[in-house]
Amino acid sequence: MVQYRQGSLDAAFVALADSTRRGVLERLGRSEASITDLADGFHMTLTGMRKHVRVLECAGLVTTEKVGRVRNCRIGTRRLEEVAAWIQRYQELWDARFGALDDIVEDLKRQEQIDERTQH
Amino acid sequence: MNARSTSDPAAKRNRVIVERRSDRELVVTRTFNGPAGLVFDAWTKPELFRKWWVPQSMGMTLHSLEMDARTGGSYRLDFGDGMVFFGTYLEVTPPSRIVWTNDEGGQNSSVTTVTFEDRDGTTLLTMVEVYPSKEALDAAGTGAADATHETFGQLDDLLAQLNA
Repeated sequence: MVQYRQGSLDAAFVALADSTRRGVLERLGRSEASITDLADGFHMTLTGMRKHVRVLECAGLVTTEKVGRVRNCRIGTRRLEEVAAWIQRYQELWDARFGALDDIVEDLKRQEQIDERTQH
Repeated sequence: MNARSTSDPAAKRNRVIVERRSDRELVVTRTFNGPAGLVFDAWTKPELFRKWWVPQSMGMTLHSLEMDARTGGSYRLDFGDGMVFFGTYLEVTPPSRIVWTNDEGGQNSSVTTVTFEDRDGTTLLTMVEVYPSKEALDAAGTGAADATHETFGQLDDLLAQLNA
């Protein structure tokens, strides 16, 4: 199972950061479906799809129910407004990434200056 | 130049702008205080790329990274537990443009284009993600602030219908 750390990006964000899982959510928005239906629709193995559904379930975005031998999935109970906050986190993710990239650009600039000086 | 320590908390960070440009496009822009060649290197050299792509605040660890940043080359980021991101570089043109596919998404896979514009030693970076359909991007939930209500309103309507 994927481990989530408190105080960082939450489970919903991690769940939505993956395009397959966003696709699954969009698919379930239209109608409920079994894991087998989803696996077929996304050209994935049952095991692979089960993992994706479990991540969405942990985030409260999807609920599942076992009926006989079939596990049915539907859109979860979590308020979608709550999920809207992920856009802000998406921005935060890029802000964090680019902050780290700033540091690397600074390092590379410094290295270039050193190289220039040693050449002269 | 105003040389500042990278750990200086007073150093001002340039702003990231996230916007939805069309039904299927999401655009992220940001300026960097260095020439395009250096910024481009940080996106295409794996030893540099891994230093910034997975910031600590993400709470995730990159288990392995394979990248061959050349036109036709491929990449694979493995975060463990089945969380794998992979695709192909459709175009790599130093130091101005990189285009890659995000193949982990199956039918909903997006294509990412990053351009680097040198502006007197600073770089304007533009990242465009194009999704195969409006629905795929709506599902991504990444609409700009003004599109958010509309997008989630539509999802709320769907939810209401399902619950009816």
